[in-house]
Amino acid sequence: MAAPAPILRMSGIGKQFPGVKALDDVDFRLLPGEVHALMGENGAGKSTLIKVLTGVYDIDAGEIELEGRRVAFSSPLAAQQAGISTVYQEVNLCANLSVAENIFIGREPRRLGRIQWKKMRRRAEEILSRLDLDLDVSAPLSSYSLAIQQMVAIARAVDIDAKVLILDEPTSSLDAGEVAQLFRVMRRLKEQGIAILFVSHFLDQIYEISDRMTILRNGTLVGEYLTSELSQVELVGKMIGRELADLEKLEDRPPAREGAPLVETELLGRTGAIEPFTLTIHEGEVVGLAGLLGSGRTEIARLLFGADHAGTGALKIDGQAVSLRTPRSAVARKIAFCSENRRAEGLIPDLTVRENIILALQAARGWTRPIPRRRQDELVEKYISALNIRPANPEQLVRNLSGGNQQKVLLARWLILEPRLLILDEPTRGIDVGAKAEIQRLVAELSDGGMAVLFISAELEEVLRLSHKVGVLRDRRLVAELDNDEGLTTDRLTETIASGAIS
Amino acid sequence: MTRFLRHRLFWPVAILVALLALNLVFTDNFFRVQMKDGHLYGSLIDIVRFGAPLILVSLGMTLVIATSGIDLSVGSVVAIAGALACLRISDLDDQNSIGGVLAAVGIALALSVALGVWNGLLVAGIGIQPIIATLILMVAGRGLAQLITDGQITTVNSSPYKLIGGGYWLTLPFSIIIVAVVLALTAFLTRRLALGLLIESVGGNAEASRLSGISARGVLITVYTFCALCAGIAGLMISSNVSSADGNNAGLWIELDAILAVVIGGTSLAGGRFSLGGTVLGALIIQTLTTTIYSIGVPPETTLLFKALVVTIVCLLQSPAFREKVFHRRRRPQSPSPVTEEKVRVSA
Repeated sequence: MAAPAPILRMSGIGKQFPGVKALDDVDFRLLPGEVHALMGENGAGKSTLIKVLTGVYDIDAGEIELEGRRVAFSSPLAAQQAGISTVYQEVNLCANLSVAENIFIGREPRRLGRIQWKKMRRRAEEILSRLDLDLDVSAPLSSYSLAIQQMVAIARAVDIDAKVLILDEPTSSLDAGEVAQLFRVMRRLKEQGIAILFVSHFLDQIYEISDRMTILRNGTLVGEYLTSELSQVELVGKMIGRELADLEKLEDRPPAREGAPLVETELLGRTGAIEPFTLTIHEGEVVGLAGLLGSGRTEIARLLFGADHAGTGALKIDGQAVSLRTPRSAVARKIAFCSENRRAEGLIPDLTVRENIILALQAARGWTRPIPRRRQDELVEKYISALNIRPANPEQLVRNLSGGNQQKVLLARWLILEPRLLILDEPTRGIDVGAKAEIQRLVAELSDGGMAVLFISAELEEVLRLSHKVGVLRDRRLVAELDNDEGLTTDRLTETIASGAIS
Repeated sequence: MTRFLRHRLFWPVAILVALLALNLVFTDNFFRVQMKDGHLYGSLIDIVRFGAPLILVSLGMTLVIATSGIDLSVGSVVAIAGALACLRISDLDDQNSIGGVLAAVGIALALSVALGVWNGLLVAGIGIQPIIATLILMVAGRGLAQLITDGQITTVNSSPYKLIGGGYWLTLPFSIIIVAVVLALTAFLTRRLALGLLIESVGGNAEASRLSGISARGVLITVYTFCALCAGIAGLMISSNVSSADGNNAGLWIELDAILAVVIGGTSLAGGRFSLGGTVLGALIIQTLTTTIYSIGVPPETTLLFKALVVTIVCLLQSPAFREKVFHRRRRPQSPSPVTEEKVRVSA
């Protein structure tokens, strides 16, 4: 079969940021009717390549051809008009507007300058039904889950007569059923001849959906491969530039550990968020929380951190009853919380890496007791190298870092405090295998050192690999607490989540 | 050279220098500073002296704006502080008694602080949007000032009080010394201590700051209080300079000049990063502009228009997006990029 002419060709692309060479002489092509995966670790240049393609950034070198014509987009809007639509990792829609408004924002059907609301709603319903979605299009977008919002973003993107659809980690917050639904949609779009550029950190998904992949490492091109001709192990090796073996040295299951109870809850709960639950976390223990999105995992974390107020029940730390009224009081008791929502609840994008890292420690000390600059530099230096944060420049603005490195900055912020309980909410979501393994290993090391960890993740393998004990959540209720022994498998966990009872 | 050009204070400085140079053309000896009776005199000194209240108000405003808030009530606080101080002094048996004047000043500043706490509680405690919360005091405060002075212009005749706004100390106008002290104190609190980091973090992302254990409420109340205190001192200065308190007109529209000064100085209204040096420059630019309007003889009926024009140009020059459009018709990235030599290795 003769390969069709590429619809998109990028050659010799270079992009320089202050202090970072983000892309260096990268070639990339996209054929019509294929799903093409763009692979690479965090900071490899995937997002930059996409932003260069869609006109968010200027290129410093190289050229872009769309359907054989040389193009240079001055803005995402120009790219969109030329037929390149993008759905970013974080949903970029207006949550306060209705679903229909979000789909048609900026190109509402009009007559004599007036918006035709009825027509807009009808067309929105049509578009969504093509994606097997049945929504109330006049309801505000915020009334739907993140997953549905993502689908709406895709619906909007494909409706704009797209030739090229870019999906930047669309699946990172979807559950299995939703991913399957998304893939159905992608296959349908592919049949219509749309070229899909797909970025995901889930290798299984890449192998399920993609035809071809391009691999980047440190801003340079590693190569382009047919998915069917490259094994997963080879892929990972090419992405990280070393053998996978040394990443998998983590033991299958953590050794059992005996520690004093650190945090105990007794029927702690909050109406509408989480049913009263009883849970004990011991020193040096990793407690995993498994459950579907929205099952109450994050809500438990927020109660233990004082981010929300508990309505019922009691909380004990070191056997003493306490009431955590604010995150501040939780921090004072050495409890730390890395939110799953890095952008909204974690980082201060306009501050530097250094300032973001010392923030919690400085907040705990109060503003009248500044951390001496030399001490700051030492601490920051230490964690940048310990967590392998790239670029290793403490004065870089955090907004310029890639997702995985931002996650590490957030981790560093809390590790500096030497917490006794570290709550990690989806710490490995949206980051690559290399960083994921580093974070998993870190969790194991920290718990060896006596730190208790509450580990929340949608990936059951990860939960099983790290936790001593797994709490299973379903419909905002802690339905089971399972010891992680030989009998516990992902299948059994899945079953418990599905049935809501211990099998 | 490019580093110099890229410095974030380059444009405010350039604009200030240009304005001063313009004055030199119209006024002989504009830059001359001379010593008379052991006091420094000259147009430059006057600019700083008359600009002192604005600098003070702008300093407070900078911190408020950095938390992504705004304080519209500073003009009213200026009026209230001046009115209360003048009322207390006019009630004294001996208006020249230092103790009495100090007490009056203390009471006026204490009231300013209380008003700042009020603003802070509305914003941080109740969660009212800053522009609305401070609008309350902006309107009500004028009334309060008139209530204090009974609707009259209260005049005083007190030489210790006159010192604050119109006097000299160590050859310098006393108001300049006050500004220098407040500026140094602000810089110390925000940059030597960690208040600045916490302010920038609350302004950058309030929820993330709360989840980092920052007491955003405490930070907000602190900055609104500080802002009101600065406005109070400025109010004393203004009323002292003319030895009277005018509840209607003292500090009228100063909040707008202050916001402008902050923005010209490069602090974003969206909050986050702030620059004290930029704010001082911004306030000086506005004051120099006022002086320039008089010195080059702009007809009085067109002064506001002239000011608006200059401010528009200044703001445009300050905007990186605008400069990019006008000055750097950027070459399309065709030529082999000259930066390849400073290639930075990012990997560890």
